[in-house]
Amino acid sequence: MAKTVLHDEHVKLGASFTDFGGWDMPVRYSSDLAEHHAVRSAAGAFDISHMAEIFVNGDDAAAFLDHALIGVASEIAVGRAKYSMICNADGGIIDDLIVYRLGDDSFLVIANAGNRHAVAHALHDRKDQFEVVVEDQSDDWALIAVQGPKATSILQTLTDTDLTPLKYYSIAAATVDGASAYLCRTGYTGEDGFEVLVSAEHASQVWNAILNAGADHGIIAAGLACRDTLRLEAGMPLYGHELDEDHTPFEAGLGRVVRLDENRDFVGRKGLEKRQEPAERLVGIVGEGKRAARADYELRHPETGETIGRITSGALSPTLGYPVAMAYLSDRNFEVGDTISVDVRGNLEPYKIVKLPFYKREQ
Amino acid sequence: MANPSELHYTKEHEWLKVEGDVATIGITAYAAEKLGDVVFVDLPKVGSKTTYMKICGEIESTKSVGELYAPVDGEVVEVNNSVTSSPELVNQDAFGAGWLIKVRFESLPELLSAADYDALIGE
Repeated sequence: MAKTVLHDEHVKLGASFTDFGGWDMPVRYSSDLAEHHAVRSAAGAFDISHMAEIFVNGDDAAAFLDHALIGVASEIAVGRAKYSMICNADGGIIDDLIVYRLGDDSFLVIANAGNRHAVAHALHDRKDQFEVVVEDQSDDWALIAVQGPKATSILQTLTDTDLTPLKYYSIAAATVDGASAYLCRTGYTGEDGFEVLVSAEHASQVWNAILNAGADHGIIAAGLACRDTLRLEAGMPLYGHELDEDHTPFEAGLGRVVRLDENRDFVGRKGLEKRQEPAERLVGIVGEGKRAARADYELRHPETGETIGRITSGALSPTLGYPVAMAYLSDRNFEVGDTISVDVRGNLEPYKIVKLPFYKREQ
Repeated sequence: MANPSELHYTKEHEWLKVEGDVATIGITAYAAEKLGDVVFVDLPKVGSKTTYMKICGEIESTKSVGELYAPVDGEVVEVNNSVTSSPELVNQDAFGAGWLIKVRFESLPELLSAADYDALIGE
């Protein structure tokens, strides 16, 4: 199994590990609930170095990404970022991505660990007519997410760059604890925070500097278990659960990411045009009590008992105290506010359809 | 965490403390740690029958669902209501305050010793 450059640090902190997309990753250090609450109330530090960093440089970099992805990269201002996706010709999702614009002809694409090679291959396959260099540099970089209401003040003690004006979905080159880094104001928890991209050789130094600088603010190392419950509460999709090649962005409720502007051609356009009216759609549902609807449980029609969908992710929400789940619903007669049933290991439990996200931080 | 030598164990990671014809039953600290933070415990009713190695309850963590396999044939005489209201007791004190049920039994099946269980979980 692959290990990130911070693996030894996690061992020192007493982490339990799990296989995530072929990576031996910290699932929790002590308690996933404590880590979850720390991120909501103070801060957490996550090693997300398993994620892929693919750099796209060259005169045609912007035009190339406009062609290869479903969003419009050329509209991104230098120093800003956009959530996007790469689709196959039928419109199925190969991966969801964040695209950062580092310069006029320079972009950074962050892809999911498990899709690193699929994304790199698809980008290479699509670059024939473009003056562009696509370079997978994932092994050279570490990515550390610092998330939570205290994240900015903690990180500010380690850098001379003023973090206050850095907007959500922007990126800045900076020095963190003396090491060159990119500071990305992005995250996957529903809280304010940063993702700090540093060279692999400085990873341990910066990881420990963040934990030390944040100790008085209540920062703790946080594992993938709480990362999953945090992103679920924030209504954020996870590839392999809400997103896959069988589903389009429209079905995933992310049609806003697709740009079907006139005269715009990109891989997947024809497929997506045909699939704008989805057969099923991703919804949020909430239950009563403490019994969570989990991935792959079936949604049932409340009267007929007929199967009308499938849970993609679900847990007892640590922040809210009741079960929350995302699910693909294939029956168009149900809307936000309606109640459907979920087969929770043989018991039909009522769940109400709600608007996503389940949790939104106070601004 | 050491597995107390005075207890009996099962391959399904339950422990039993036998006093006369009543066994106090819980899940081991090892099992609790593997599950992660326990957030919901569903226990059988007092008076219900248990059948050896049949599922009689569920222990849910944020990440997964663990099943409670009855380690003996018998009748539930008490359930730990503290643990249903405070499921975190299972993580905090698996061999003590985190006990789950007490079962009156007629005979004990073959169970694992602490040393057998240590070997099973590789400690």
